[in-house]
Amino acid sequence: MHNKSVAELSRELESGKISSVELTREFLDRIKAEDGPYNSFITVTEEQAMADAKAADEQRAAGKAGVWTGVPFAHKDIFCTNGVATTAGSKMLANFVPPYDATITANFRAAGAVCVGKTNMDEFAMGSSNESSFFGPVTNPWGLSNGQKRVPGGSSGGSAAAIAARLVPAATATDTGGSIRQPAALCGVTGLKPTYGRVSRYGMIAFASSLDQGGTMARTAEDNALMLNVMAGFDPKDSTCVDRAVPDYTATLNEPLKGLRIGLPKEYFSDQLNPAMEQQVRNAVKEYEKLGATVKEVSLPHAKLAIAAYYVIAPAEASANLSRFDGVRYGYRCENPQDLNDLYTRTRAEGFGGEVKRRILVGTYALSAGYFDAYYLKAQKVRRLIQQDFINAFKEADVLMSPVSPSPAFVQGEKINDPVTMYLEDIFTIAVNLAGVPAMSVPAGFVDGLPVGLQIIGNYFEEARLLNAAHQFQQVTDWHQKLPQ
Amino acid sequence: MTISREDIEKVAVLARIRLDEEQIPALENDLGNILSLVDQLSAADTDNVEPLAHPLDAVQRLRADQVTETNQREAFQAIAPATEDGLYLVPRVIE
Repeated sequence: MHNKSVAELSRELESGKISSVELTREFLDRIKAEDGPYNSFITVTEEQAMADAKAADEQRAAGKAGVWTGVPFAHKDIFCTNGVATTAGSKMLANFVPPYDATITANFRAAGAVCVGKTNMDEFAMGSSNESSFFGPVTNPWGLSNGQKRVPGGSSGGSAAAIAARLVPAATATDTGGSIRQPAALCGVTGLKPTYGRVSRYGMIAFASSLDQGGTMARTAEDNALMLNVMAGFDPKDSTCVDRAVPDYTATLNEPLKGLRIGLPKEYFSDQLNPAMEQQVRNAVKEYEKLGATVKEVSLPHAKLAIAAYYVIAPAEASANLSRFDGVRYGYRCENPQDLNDLYTRTRAEGFGGEVKRRILVGTYALSAGYFDAYYLKAQKVRRLIQQDFINAFKEADVLMSPVSPSPAFVQGEKINDPVTMYLEDIFTIAVNLAGVPAMSVPAGFVDGLPVGLQIIGNYFEEARLLNAAHQFQQVTDWHQKLPQ
Repeated sequence: MTISREDIEKVAVLARIRLDEEQIPALENDLGNILSLVDQLSAADTDNVEPLAHPLDAVQRLRADQVTETNQREAFQAIAPATEDGLYLVPRVIE
């Protein structure tokens, strides 16, 4: 059962071939037996999951089951879960048990889905390798057979690794600069970052509020659509959430792609791209041409400034958001504070890891008196130019396609001591967040036995078109079905 | 781009993060590299460009001034490091 998709599992439950209690038990047993080398879970909620599974079976017996009723999945440990530890991968929140649910947590609960645990992540979602977690790094299931421990990408590396290792069929994730797409690509799973504001951020621990967006991860595009059906929609508790009708994302999966206009941003096929990766991406584009799509080159002339703009805006917003961690109301508190300032400064020095501190310091610097215009305001202006690039590109193309990452999964430890080298890992994903448009990562081949992701970028609120394009690709390819050895 | 030891110390005070002496050289290097990366922005022509704060240019939504939340003080204080009589405790501020 563990190799089946959410859609398939839902049908098995509906047909009565298996109960949610049996299915949940199977996934919990797999996590127990297999997760040791991956470390993809921070918390496994066995007792609660079994109780939820039993309730789901009763719901079904009463004739009140929906698509998600009784289907096991996991939450990234950035979404608050009432009564269950929510750590954001940080020592600061290692003991934090939220007294409330994030909106999307409540949505999945209402849909009857069974959460089996909380997945590992880079601390406060800051990282591209999942090596900054207080709970230890996550190891990519791919490449282990060669004896090499490779990164799963980050920050949603736990969600991606857990799906790749078939420990769960689906998991929630978040994406501020590539944190859904890059780990999905490196682990060979399918992920979607929706339009900024499409999914509520209430109860999702904040990193950079003008960029953060919750999204989906699973093996298939169809499963991503099933997830987004539960997650998308207006939430009065999130002031940036968009009040706009939500389509049924599964309804258009089977639309033909004939006439789809694909744009290839020339800046994303640069010399920074591994040539073997480029070949895989171009092969994927050829599959789309066979399906009736047309292809032309487009340009995102300011894309090269995206990383620079991001590393002002994201740290600046992080420095403000993370000021709430002060050792007073919840979370970590240092021992024997001498005075209030000692309480603040030592709590934060001891509670935050190295990368989080670096970003808070950079952000504080960029926002400090005398520097605000030169850094934050300048970056916001460049952000407007980047957005305009996308608006122009979408006049000529329905979707844009590119690689997700410049190279496949790298070996643990390789980039962790050089922040700027690590930041360049997100060179093809960050502009999407600055513009706020939706984008997917879809498995599109292998290089040296490691998965390659195809990035598909859409215009605002065109998640359905992206899912349709990804689903059609998955009808004629089987990259998303490959299993790590 | 370089960032001075004094700048780092000042920013750490603003950010309320205690730094140990031996952390500062590595931070000078790392923050200097990050600021060099960021300095690419200065080459961009942004005359007459409006800063973008929200990708959809949304404005703050207003709602009716009605009480919608219930009091959950006990639930929130149950997870606090130190409380007494419904108050959060911190080291003495006024002698």
